[in-house]
Amino acid sequence: MPDWKQEVDVMIDAGKISVPYSWTVGTTLSRFYCELRDNGKIWANRCPECGNVFVPPKVKCINCYQDLNDWLELPGTGTVETFTVVRYQEPTLHPRPAPFVYGIIKMDGADTGLLHFIDEIEPEKVKVGMRVEAVLEDERDGNILDIKYFRPVK
Amino acid sequence: MEKVAIIGVGQTKYERNKPETFAELVFEATSKALEDAGISKDDVDNVVSVSSDFWDGRTISSMAISDASNAYGKDITTVEGDGTFGALYGMMRILSGSFGVTLVCAHHKGTESNIKGITNCAFDPLVERKLGIDAISSAALQARRYMNRYGVSEEQLALVSVKNHGNAMRNPLALLPMDITVADVMGSRKVADPLKLLDCSPVTDGACTLVLAAERPAKKLCTNKKRVWLRGVGHCSDAYRLGDRDLSDTRALKDAARRAYAMAGINDPRADVDLAEVYDAFSYMELMWLEGLGFCGDGEAGEQMERGIFNFDGELPVNPSGGRLSAHPVQVAGLQAMAECVLQLRGEAGDRQLNTPETALVHGINGMCGQSHCVWILGK
Amino acid sequence: MGNRVGIIGVGQTHHAAKRLDASGVELISEAVTRALDDAQLTISDIDAIVIGNMDHFENINYVDMWAIDGLGACMKPVFKVTTGGTTGSTVGACGYYHAASGLFDVVLAVGWEKNSESDTQAAIATCANPTLERDPFAGAIGPLATEYSMYMKAFGATEEDSAIVAARDRNNALNNPYAHSRQAVTVEDVLNSPMLSYPIKFLDMCPRSDGSCAVIFASEEKAKKLCPKPAWVHTSVVRHDYTHFGDLEWKFMPTLERASAAAYKLAGISDPLNEFDVAELYLPCSTCGVKWMDSLWFCEHGGAPGLIRKGTFNMDGQLPINPSGGVISTNPIGATALIRIGEAAWQIMGKAGGRQIEGVKKALCTGFGGCSWTDLMILGADLP
Repeated sequence: MPDWKQEVDVMIDAGKISVPYSWTVGTTLSRFYCELRDNGKIWANRCPECGNVFVPPKVKCINCYQDLNDWLELPGTGTVETFTVVRYQEPTLHPRPAPFVYGIIKMDGADTGLLHFIDEIEPEKVKVGMRVEAVLEDERDGNILDIKYFRPVK
Repeated sequence: MEKVAIIGVGQTKYERNKPETFAELVFEATSKALEDAGISKDDVDNVVSVSSDFWDGRTISSMAISDASNAYGKDITTVEGDGTFGALYGMMRILSGSFGVTLVCAHHKGTESNIKGITNCAFDPLVERKLGIDAISSAALQARRYMNRYGVSEEQLALVSVKNHGNAMRNPLALLPMDITVADVMGSRKVADPLKLLDCSPVTDGACTLVLAAERPAKKLCTNKKRVWLRGVGHCSDAYRLGDRDLSDTRALKDAARRAYAMAGINDPRADVDLAEVYDAFSYMELMWLEGLGFCGDGEAGEQMERGIFNFDGELPVNPSGGRLSAHPVQVAGLQAMAECVLQLRGEAGDRQLNTPETALVHGINGMCGQSHCVWILGK
Repeated sequence: MGNRVGIIGVGQTHHAAKRLDASGVELISEAVTRALDDAQLTISDIDAIVIGNMDHFENINYVDMWAIDGLGACMKPVFKVTTGGTTGSTVGACGYYHAASGLFDVVLAVGWEKNSESDTQAAIATCANPTLERDPFAGAIGPLATEYSMYMKAFGATEEDSAIVAARDRNNALNNPYAHSRQAVTVEDVLNSPMLSYPIKFLDMCPRSDGSCAVIFASEEKAKKLCPKPAWVHTSVVRHDYTHFGDLEWKFMPTLERASAAAYKLAGISDPLNEFDVAELYLPCSTCGVKWMDSLWFCEHGGAPGLIRKGTFNMDGQLPINPSGGVISTNPIGATALIRIGEAAWQIMGKAGGRQIEGVKKALCTGFGGCSWTDLMILGADLP
């Protein structure tokens, strides 16, 4: 290695990009979130061709690419398909401190699962196949966190 | 299909906190690849850069490395995804008849990025992102679904980690060569159940460059010894939201593999393939992908791992380089795996050389939880 | 040898400053649905998909994965390409190479952007080397202004020359129902608009738009079967330049000169001004519509103002440029260069509606971005 390279005091340029974002929720998801925020309801939509029901609702059917105009309300209960207990802290990302539980909940009345938190149960006791129900925030903003978490059905 | 060969490979060492810039890393890998192929920079007529604006923290990420990748004055493009997809586009451009020699390069400095924040940004800002999900927590969800469906144990996952870190001890380029046991893996720090630290791949820096050539220039520019033929390829993506699919179902991989095998004329993968480099971003993934590739039935890989089938000295060595568990430069990974297979098929793999392999499989993934797959068959 | 490839369908959204009614996925599905309708195909006819945009404008990582729903890409081959401002043409070239390779027959290429979701200049600024150039030189307008100042000084071009280009493109947009900005302007209006960065004024400069464009490429056999009049791809050429702004040549546009020279040679074009019937060019600023004409070999260096003052590039001129209204009327960056290809294809297919030029046999499309990069595609009514 040439001598000068050995002697250089290598630097770090610590940067932070500042690009603010405001995402357009769009027509389909706006309806979903307005219903959640204003009426505390979880809505899905259904494909006229294959009959698949999607929650959160979709713009087009992922199987048939059909427009989805048929909306239906879901009961808000479901079955835990899988879960994990997150044990690392990432305060800039996680809305709650670890350890906490993520689950994918197969929603009753739909063909898809919903990713969310599972709470009101010790993490060690969560099981695949458990029946759970959505618990909503009292004050809602119109986003996925309007659902506080899912808890075991009594 | 016209024949396309890999005629040169170049890799940097895979390390943490590499002091070089992206451009310097790409220059190193590219210089090595050109030297390996024995060609001059002017023999290359087009460049595919595999670059990510997110991981690099800059828009038009390929701009930073265009000089270093020998792209000045040439036709150049950029694929954003794993290196296997970049190589695919590089091959398409040759097959189109427009180009004869494509240089495909990828770079990554994981230690300059925030993996959790960056992978969190792969999730839909309107649906999943606010929950704080990232590559690791989503992988944990997939691991548990897979293990639950087929009765796979954490110890069977651990075997993958033991094997791959052990294999890395023969690879001077790997970041994490380690002589560990199942007990070491089981006792490592819990990250997101069921995943522990040693089930996860490490943050890594590095670069890799391949030189692809159509048959005529391949034969003109280099010797037979250097040439490794691209015999088949397939790619396919599954649905996006985690809840849209059964995370234990490898249907997209099966589709990609089917295309690749058909193109390569492979009817019995287990018998016809001599080694495989598959994308083990996490230990459980190696098991899932081996099943999806048809090397064994769904749910059987764990048990086969116990029998040593996929060990370095086993019937079908998997990840003899140490795999992604030993070095995981995102984007670069697929090209690194291809480079490793090229070395193996040429007989140039040093201490990690297997016994005269003739056909290799390379597998890459894109997106979270292996949403999209690209499968390659390489042959001598 | 590879296949010959034709464009058999195009779809665009109605581009706007802010499409508040449509999320990114909805925008993409609009363009894709329209392209399928235009080609009279369904999603099951599509063999592979490629998508592009600029990550930092929407802050979505792995956009090809995120866009699956809008693209109809579930259980299909898909990947992403991105090259800054040239993304749209990179996407177009990629769609072409997919079909030309023989690996896929019918390929969907989609470009999109929701510039309303972010601060465009702040995002573009991150393309500059963080330790060398980002602080002083960032943004798109600075380099373009510098470039035209040098051209004015070297060859006597004027602010009025670029104002003629601005008025031309903006008035053309009145015929294009998809264009974002559709306003009748005079040369005076342009000259009197607020100065942004000398000599570039507000009406000289492109907007930032929300929009998407989808183009369907097909290999020769399929194209002939599926489409009565495909727009055949004659050639695709890309040339990039040095990484750092300080290293570039500013008196002319080297990448455009090299790319077009190479493309013309491949396509057998010796007199571009006469042989092309229409050109859809990526002119992010009207000043480019002056200076870059030299670099397309329409004239000697410095000859552009003469051609412009004669009306050579008007709708009724020798070589109409940007009947669609061009980039200064519509600029959803990831789609912008693909829109050039889509509009040129429609010109050849006879589907350009109120902006149709008569008897288009050969069309020129360009893309621009990054550090003075050029992408170029030549389309023709006849097979190459």
